[in-house]
Amino acid sequence: MTQFIYDGTYTGLFSAIFEVYERRCEDATIIKGQNLQALVFSENMEVCTDPAKAERVLKGLRKKVSPECFANIYSCYLSEIRGMENTILKFVQYVFASRKNIEDNYGNAAVLDIAQTARKVGREKHRFEAFVRFENIGDRLFYAPIDPDYNILPLIVPHFRRRYADQDWIIYDTKRKYGVHYDQATEQVHEAVIDFTASGTDLAPTGISFDPDETLYQELWKNYFKSTNIPMRRNMKLHLQHVPKRYWKYLVEKK
Amino acid sequence: MKTSESRIHEKLGILADAAKYDVSCASSGSKRKNDNKGLGDSTGMGICHSYTEDGRCVSLLKILLTNYCIFDCAYCVSRKSNDIKRAAFTIEEVVELTINFYRRNYIEGLFLSSGIFKNADFTMERLVTIARKLRTEHHFNGYIHLKTIPGASEALMKEAGLYADRLSVNIELPTEASLKTLAPDKNYEEIFTPMSYLSEAITEYKAEKALIKSTPLFAPAGQSTQMVIGATPESDKDIMFQANTLYQQFSMKRVYYSGYIPIGGDERLPGIGTPPPLIREHRLYQTDWLMRFYGFKVNEIVSDEHPNLDVDVDPKLSWALRNLQEFPVDINTADYAMILRVPGIGVGSAQKIIAARKFGKLDWHQLKKIGVAMNRVKHFVVCSKQDVLFGDLTPGAIRHHILSLGKSKYTASYSPQLSLF
Repeated sequence: MTQFIYDGTYTGLFSAIFEVYERRCEDATIIKGQNLQALVFSENMEVCTDPAKAERVLKGLRKKVSPECFANIYSCYLSEIRGMENTILKFVQYVFASRKNIEDNYGNAAVLDIAQTARKVGREKHRFEAFVRFENIGDRLFYAPIDPDYNILPLIVPHFRRRYADQDWIIYDTKRKYGVHYDQATEQVHEAVIDFTASGTDLAPTGISFDPDETLYQELWKNYFKSTNIPMRRNMKLHLQHVPKRYWKYLVEKK
Repeated sequence: MKTSESRIHEKLGILADAAKYDVSCASSGSKRKNDNKGLGDSTGMGICHSYTEDGRCVSLLKILLTNYCIFDCAYCVSRKSNDIKRAAFTIEEVVELTINFYRRNYIEGLFLSSGIFKNADFTMERLVTIARKLRTEHHFNGYIHLKTIPGASEALMKEAGLYADRLSVNIELPTEASLKTLAPDKNYEEIFTPMSYLSEAITEYKAEKALIKSTPLFAPAGQSTQMVIGATPESDKDIMFQANTLYQQFSMKRVYYSGYIPIGGDERLPGIGTPPPLIREHRLYQTDWLMRFYGFKVNEIVSDEHPNLDVDVDPKLSWALRNLQEFPVDINTADYAMILRVPGIGVGSAQKIIAARKFGKLDWHQLKKIGVAMNRVKHFVVCSKQDVLFGDLTPGAIRHHILSLGKSKYTASYSPQLSLF
C-alpha cells in the first residue's frame, strides 16, 4: 500500500491523484501531511503540488461529469472530513473507468458518499448565509466572525458579494484564521489579514471602535427576536434543531 | 437610553408582537437581482436567519405599521374592542429599521402589514409608500412582502405589486359562515376581489415579461394567504377543500394554516389556556405538501368518509393503510409517481431511486443507504418479484408496528399525562 501525502490544498489533492495514475498504483490512499500516521506496511510518497498536473485531472473530470457534480467534489474537499480524500479518489477512478457518466449511480458507495457529503457541506453553507451577523465597526465597514464546522467561507463569498455590493465587509473564520474582505469601491474581494493580538478577542479587529448606532440596532434586534416569539407554542427541541448551540456565540440574539 | 431610543424600542415591541400571528415567513421565489449596485438581492432560495423558541423561522422583519384598527374581528389581537397598548411607526422608522437590520444580515427583508386606520386606501397607501421609498430611494433589492388591504383601490394594488415581491390577503377563516360570525366587518367577496385581481395581474405581467424583457417585475414571488384553524368548528376536509380551491382558483404560492392561540375576551372562541392545535396544524401542512409536491388529490386524503386527519400517523401513511391494494410497490419497476406515494420515501429519495436504478437493480442495503425510512418502507416495498414483504400484515398491525417503533415528537411535550404509564 502506498500513502500519498499532500499539502492540504485542492491543487495538492489533485496532484496526488495524478501521481496515483502515473504510478499505476493499485492500492493508494491519500492523506494530508498534518494527519500523517506511520503505517507499518505502507510506503510513503510525498506529493509535490503541481498546478499543471492537477489541472489535467480536473479537465478530464469536467468533461465527464456535470458542473453540479464537479462543484460537489470541491465541497467534499472543503468538508475536511478525515479520509474524504480517499472517497474523492475512488469516485474519480470510477468516473474515469466508466464510459458513460456515473454520477447518478447512488447504488455505488463513493457516488452516494460524494452526494451526501456535498449536501452536508451545502447545508452548512446555507446556514452561514443565514447566521453571519455583521457589526458596523465604523466607517461603514461591516465585520462578521464565523466558526463553521466545514470550511465554507469560499462557498459563501459569492452570496455576500451579490447581497452587499454597496458596503465594505469582512467575514473572518476564527477557527481557520483567515478571512475575506470585500471592497465596494473596487468591487473586489481579497484575503483579510487581521491582527488580534492586541485585543485578545476575535470579536472585533484591534483598534477599531463600534459605530454609535451599532448597539442600538443590536438591542432592537434582540427586542424584535423576543417579541416575535409565541410562548404558548414553545418548542425548544425544534428551536435547538434549527439553531444548534455551537452557532450561538456569534448570534446577536442568542449570545 | 435616550427617549427617542426607548420610544422606538416600545413601538417595535408592540408592533412585532401584534404581527407575529401572521405565519408566512417565506423569502423565496423572487427574481429581484442586485443589478444597480444597491443593497440586497432576492434571487436565491429563502433564508431563515434565526428561529424563535417556538421553532418558527425568522426571515423577515415582520411588523405592523400600526395596531390601531377600526375593525373588530374576534380572533384578532388588534381588534378595536381589545384593551391593549397601541402604537404606530412613521414611514421613516420602518425604512431605517429594515435597512439597518438588512445590512447586518439579520433579515431577508420586510413583511409589512397593518391594522386598518381610517379606511382601506389610506392604510394601503402608507404601506405602498414604504415599499416605494425602499426600492427607489434606497435601492433596496431585498424581499418585501406587503399585505393587501381588502377594499383598497386597484391603482394602489398595482403599485404595490410593482414594489413588492409577494402580496397577500388573508382569507382568515375556512368558511364564510365562520367569518361572518367572528368578523362582522369582513366578507369573502371583499377578500376574493383583490385575490383575483392579483392572480390575473401576476399572470399578465409574467406573460408580457416573457415577450418584452423590460417589463417590470410584478409580485414575482406570487401571492399567499392564511386561515386560522381551531377557532371555528370546521373539519379538516372543509379546510383542505378550501385550500385546494385557493390554489386552483387564484394560483396561490402558499396557503398557511395558523393554529388559533387563545387571546381571551370572547365566548365564541376557545378560552385562554386552551393549547394551540399544533398537531392538527402539522397534519394540515403535511396534507398541503402531499397536494403540492406528491401528486395527491385532496379527496384522496380527506373525504366525507374521512373528514378529519389521523392525529397519530401522518396523512401519507394514513392513505397507504387505507389503500393497501396499491402495495407492495416494486422499487425497481414502479413509476416515479407511485414511488413517491410510498410512506417513508420523500421527494429526494424518490429521485435518487429513479436515477440510480438505471445503473442496475437496487437492493435493500442500497435503499437504506439512500436514506429512506426503513421502518415504514419495509411494509410497502419489494426489491424484486421474488421478494417477500416484511410480514403479511393488516392495516391495523402495520400501524401498530410503526407506532411502537418511535415515540411521536408531540407525545411528551403536549400530553404529559401519557408519561405516567
